[in-house]
Amino acid sequence: MHEMSVAMAVVDQVTEAAERAGDVRAVRTVRLQVGELAGVVPDALAFSFELACAGTLLEGAELVTEAVPGRARCTSCAHEWAVGMPPRLTCPWCGGTRTDLLAGRELQIVDVHWEDGVPTHAPTREPISEER
Amino acid sequence: MCRVVDLRQAVLAKNDASAHELRAQLAARGTAVVNLLSSPGSGKTALLERELLRARERSVPVAALSADLATENDAARLARSGVPVKQVLTDGLCHLEAGMLAGHLDGWLPDDTRLLFVENVGNLVCPASYDLGETLRVTLASVTEGEDKPLKYPTAFGLAHLVVVTKTDIAQAVEFDEAAFRANVEQVNPGVEVVLTSARRGQGVGALLDRAMAAADGAPVHSPVMARLPHHHGHTHADDGHAHAPDGHTHAPDGHTHALDGHTHAHPEAADTMAHTHP
Repeated sequence: MHEMSVAMAVVDQVTEAAERAGDVRAVRTVRLQVGELAGVVPDALAFSFELACAGTLLEGAELVTEAVPGRARCTSCAHEWAVGMPPRLTCPWCGGTRTDLLAGRELQIVDVHWEDGVPTHAPTREPISEER
Repeated sequence: MCRVVDLRQAVLAKNDASAHELRAQLAARGTAVVNLLSSPGSGKTALLERELLRARERSVPVAALSADLATENDAARLARSGVPVKQVLTDGLCHLEAGMLAGHLDGWLPDDTRLLFVENVGNLVCPASYDLGETLRVTLASVTEGEDKPLKYPTAFGLAHLVVVTKTDIAQAVEFDEAAFRANVEQVNPGVEVVLTSARRGQGVGALLDRAMAAADGAPVHSPVMARLPHHHGHTHADDGHAHAPDGHTHAPDGHTHALDGHTHAHPEAADTMAHTHP
């Protein structure tokens, strides 16, 4: 299971980006694109991610994974298809073998949702009736 | 305040960068890496022993690095060929990474090495995702493993430049269906060459060395469909770590049009993760 290595790579890259930004206090959400053919199991990744975040700026952060279906196009007849799993990478229409894979190998951090800036004070609010 | 920052970074970008660097360094000194992937017990080591001997007979300077979770047994077997051999123990890690490999080569790999065979950890899942800076990636399967192995491990077989079948001497006994195996390989990696070998009987021995030498000499290698993905689909999100001002930021949630496949990922959650600012 290399999901732990993948999770640690995500944590490292987000930590580095946060350090470059300078004033990040906590990371709330990390959004990943995981292609159908990326060779990564989202459930195993979610489990690993929680462990990899412990004791880092990402502690408690939520991992949102977007699955990207595999799609291919035949360069001979221009037919496009969902490759499925296991993938079919020869053309189901003309049998052609010159295929372009259009999507499905993604393993990418899309964006990160973090808290930065000067720590804001607890919002002042009107006392509720019981407190008056 | 809370803000959303576009990173658009490949998760394995660091490994890929290390792999590119290693490939360039090795190319500059005339060394090409052959990355061997297979299940445990597929006969990688037995075949490699024969290939190393063959290389020695032909006076090709080769070396081998074998990665396992534990024991130095494989290196001891490979060392019988008389070529430089190194055992790497991964202490439980299921794959090699480019940076790890570079560290192990430092100070060990003889300068005149033409080919370095890397026997990856016996595993068809994890090593598939890690480029080691190899010139030739070879995925092996023995005849006992079932004809559908390429379908069960599509990334390992789909990214191979060469597929090697081992233990063909017992193919008949286990009723190995070569045509079905070839069809399954073709399904996940159209056009890739499949070589049949038996380390015991000598069938196909030398083919791996020939393909590796050709690749090292700059002959074009097979280009797997899976490896030809335009990773970013023509996205023009160039900014790495660039923080958008949370207020004036108009990140249209439908902005990620995958130019080639004609469908648009609408990112429904983007609308609420991207735009708002918490006081």
